[in-house]
Amino acid sequence: METGEDDLCQNNWGSASILDYEMAMEDEEEGEPNLHVFKASSSGKDNNNNNNGGQASVQGVKAQAWDPRTMLCNLSFMEQKIHELQGLVHLILGRNGQLQDEQQQLITADLTSIIIQLISTAGSLLPSVNMLSTTAPGSALFPFPREANNLASQTLNNGGASQELEDDAEEGENLPPGSYEIKQLEKEEILAPHTNFCTICGKGFKRDANLRMHMRGHGDQYKTPAALAKPPTKETLPGSDAPMLIKRYSCPFPGCKRNKDHKRFQPLKTILCVKNHYKRTHCDKSFTCSRCHTKKFSVIADLKTHEKHCGQNKWLCSCGTTFSRKDKLFGHIALFQGHTPAIPLEDTKPSAAASSQRGSSGCGNSNNNAAMVSFSLGSAANANQETSQPCVMDGKTSFEESFSPLSFDICNFGGFPRSIFDDSFQMLISSACGCSPINGGVGSVSDTSL
Amino acid sequence: MKKAKQIQHMISKPFDLLSEELVFIILDLVAQNPSDLKSFSLTCKWFYQVEARHRRSLKPLRAEYLPRILTRYRNTADLDLSFCPRVTDYALSVVGCLSGPTLRSVDLSRSFSFSAAGLLRLAVKCVSLVEIDLSNATEMRDAAAAVVAEAKSLERLKLGRCKKLTDMGIGCIAVGCRKLKRVSLKWCVGVGDLGVGLLAVKCKDIRSLDLSYLPITGKCLHDVLKLQHLEELLLQGCFGVDDDSLKSLTHHCNSLKNLDASSCQNLTQRGLTSLLSGAGCLERLDLAHSSSVISLDFASSLNKVSSALQSIRLDGCAVTCDGLKAIGTLCISLREVSLSKCVTVTDEGLSCLVMKLKDLRKLDITCCRKLTGVSITQVASSCPLLVSLKMESCSLVSRDAFWLIGHKCRLLEELDFTDNEIDDEGLKSISSCRSLSSLKLGICLNITDRGLSYIGMGCSNLRELDLYRSVGITDVGISSIAQGCCHLETINISYCKDITDKSLVSLSKCSMLQTFESRGCPHITCQGLAAIAVRCKRLSKLDLKKCPFINDSGLLTLAHFSQGLKQISVSETGVTDVGLVSLANIGCLQNIAAVNTRGLSPSGVAAALVGCGGLRKVKLHASLRSLLPSSLINHMEARGCSFLWKDYNNHNNSNTLQAELDPKYWKV
Repeated sequence: METGEDDLCQNNWGSASILDYEMAMEDEEEGEPNLHVFKASSSGKDNNNNNNGGQASVQGVKAQAWDPRTMLCNLSFMEQKIHELQGLVHLILGRNGQLQDEQQQLITADLTSIIIQLISTAGSLLPSVNMLSTTAPGSALFPFPREANNLASQTLNNGGASQELEDDAEEGENLPPGSYEIKQLEKEEILAPHTNFCTICGKGFKRDANLRMHMRGHGDQYKTPAALAKPPTKETLPGSDAPMLIKRYSCPFPGCKRNKDHKRFQPLKTILCVKNHYKRTHCDKSFTCSRCHTKKFSVIADLKTHEKHCGQNKWLCSCGTTFSRKDKLFGHIALFQGHTPAIPLEDTKPSAAASSQRGSSGCGNSNNNAAMVSFSLGSAANANQETSQPCVMDGKTSFEESFSPLSFDICNFGGFPRSIFDDSFQMLISSACGCSPINGGVGSVSDTSL
Repeated sequence: MKKAKQIQHMISKPFDLLSEELVFIILDLVAQNPSDLKSFSLTCKWFYQVEARHRRSLKPLRAEYLPRILTRYRNTADLDLSFCPRVTDYALSVVGCLSGPTLRSVDLSRSFSFSAAGLLRLAVKCVSLVEIDLSNATEMRDAAAAVVAEAKSLERLKLGRCKKLTDMGIGCIAVGCRKLKRVSLKWCVGVGDLGVGLLAVKCKDIRSLDLSYLPITGKCLHDVLKLQHLEELLLQGCFGVDDDSLKSLTHHCNSLKNLDASSCQNLTQRGLTSLLSGAGCLERLDLAHSSSVISLDFASSLNKVSSALQSIRLDGCAVTCDGLKAIGTLCISLREVSLSKCVTVTDEGLSCLVMKLKDLRKLDITCCRKLTGVSITQVASSCPLLVSLKMESCSLVSRDAFWLIGHKCRLLEELDFTDNEIDDEGLKSISSCRSLSSLKLGICLNITDRGLSYIGMGCSNLRELDLYRSVGITDVGISSIAQGCCHLETINISYCKDITDKSLVSLSKCSMLQTFESRGCPHITCQGLAAIAVRCKRLSKLDLKKCPFINDSGLLTLAHFSQGLKQISVSETGVTDVGLVSLANIGCLQNIAAVNTRGLSPSGVAAALVGCGGLRKVKLHASLRSLLPSSLINHMEARGCSFLWKDYNNHNNSNTLQAELDPKYWKV
């Protein structure tokens, strides 16, 4: 099951990025007109300075009643913030001679953002002040980019889809307990929809890149290449010569295996892992699949991933569980007493029979490669006749090929025969329309032809 | 006075004194001849009832009568519906309702037109159903298999040629029927590794598993060979089972006794070694038509199983002399060896093989054309216990060798000398094998009536005699056989051109006669046929093709007397519509062949087809296809009858028959 979850994470991750991006774009369009209130930029310094800022502030905001624990936490945060500010000033002092205008501007902007943050945090410390919900976008009270997701989106921007983002990827990591720094975000922080906020208008964004794009509307100073540049990471940041302590995250849910108080605590690697873990494990599954109306998810990316494959899970067990792969279903049935394969009602249709053949002929290949799948699908229709004849089956490929060329038109996803088909199609279109396709690529033609 | 009356009453009904158990024991003995049992039940009402209570197994001819016969026979345990081509869901629900609790086995292997609904009735009502045969249900789908899974107590299941079944259906059966012991999935080409694997995981009691012609690989065999009680594993024609998929196989299936890996084209010595590695108690091994050469190396892979191996089949394999020698020295306990169609077998190879096999009982060297008298002499002298010897078309074997066979191997029961050089002296020596029951002397041109008379005198247990195209035989030889071999059940005198009605009259003494083939005997008439029909009550198969003097009167006699006839061929005879229609009187009739029978008109054929209710196969001339109404053909096909349309033309009837009878014409 471990690997299965990993796969899931992987998929979620991929689609999550797309989804986030789309949502952020939407936000941007709406938020364009608000060009006042605060003047600040979200440069790379924020990442350093606001490490715990978001956490504390959200907590403060959300505190509905006077909570001494929260209070204490906030105070300690303030302390830390001031300390950081101190360090920053030291930094400025140290390299005052060689400071360029741009850099100065950057640092000033950072200082401004820190001060604003401090003010807002201090304000939240007053128990009587009932703040607006963090989910309300456009609130000018939270004009700071919250570091938590900032970091996450940064890794996202780096294109590291596969790097250390899975909840359970670090199972085999075995870091010695003291060798890393444990951070624990609070529930509200984890569930906040946006992590980057415009310091001027307060609009929230999921990614800092989108925020930077947004900031261009607030003045020419945000259009400089430096302002638009990707904020440097800690390693590349000048001055951070001391080796970084590895950061790991803890789930705020008491008793969870991912909670640092757990006996066999297993830390989460990134903020995104924290978010996905928390939503999947400790939240209601509020997203229902619009196709099957049975599967529910708490992470919207999971839903999207599911919806892509929903309906393709034709391998059904009597217990109601569906599987996209026949061997998985049979493994499930072998494991559980009393479960039996459920025969679909449309069994009488020939197409269903052909598709149910698919697994039997394709069961040899365990890799989930699309080309292979389409191959076995192709063989499905004539598997009946084929098996009765002797055929050369030295290897898997020859097995597939000996069955092949009949029914590609039935199932032409992912397999290469499609491209041949498209090539001819392309010529046909170009001759008919009198113009050549823009990209000339196979993909674009197939889009138009569809 | 009253007491005396009572005694008198009891004497008048003496069977009242017997308990039912005793009567049943008597009936067990009577039941050996079905017609006797029929006479018994017709004697009186009481006998009728006793017989109805006694009968356990039924083999009805028509599904329409099921309600009546099942009401009569309440204790039916075995129901064989293979004579009923059309078994509807209604019929199955009748079976379920009337004999639900007692029924233990149902055979639906040759029945069609039932669906999942009918099977469900059967599975639910027949709680003690142990065996079901659903072979040839080619339209059966997974839904029906899921229904079969409802029969929880099922132990024996046959699903041969259920081509539309997939892993899902087998999965249902595997989960539902946990007590399965014998399963046949032959030709279920939709079932793969997953289904078979699940079957092996779920049904731990499996004794016998037939996976022939399934698209499985070696993968599922890992699970299958973990079965504790597996005795028989048939993998005939499993092309997906190859060396690579068996590479990691390690098993200790000590219960395995019978392994059939014939026609596994991709299984070579390497895969076979791992397959045999754990099967230390293997007794029967079938490697017919395998792709590997049976060499010295190959024989070494038999090392693990050599101690217990009793039977080996290497039909159609490329066999080397060294390989046979090694097998002969390794597997001393061999009792059965089959080398049929191994064209490379030489005298030296066979001699080395049989040298140490003192226990050899059965030897098949059909079509090993290189063999001569040398190796046959060796076989005769080293294997005195030989029971069966099949050596069709070993035409280089000299006449002396046959004499030695009869002299040395006195226990022989089955002999196939088709197309050999055996002569009367050889037959004389063979006649000393008292227990001989099957003798095939087809195309033995050297034998005459004298040789047959020795057989007739010596082999009183003979049940099967084949004299196909043995043209030296006349009425004299046949009459001596008929006199001496009163148990004769099957005789073939096709193309023995000198046979006349006298032979048939003498053969009518053999009351056990079931199969009579006299194709191409030009002198046979209806008188001879009448003699057979009247006295051989068990006659079931009759081939009268190319007997020009057979006409309607012969068929009328048959229709009256041979009520057990199942198969008849009247092609190229003088039969007309009247004779064919009269065949409708025979209830059991299933196969009719009437090609090139000039006296037949389309309407006569149509009437005969409608009349014969139990027809399964009809062979007719292709020209009739357009002449018969298509609605009739559809009707027949719906009744479960299939048509074979032949369109060979017969220009000059008498000349071709003459040509066929001349050995120079047909023997190359």
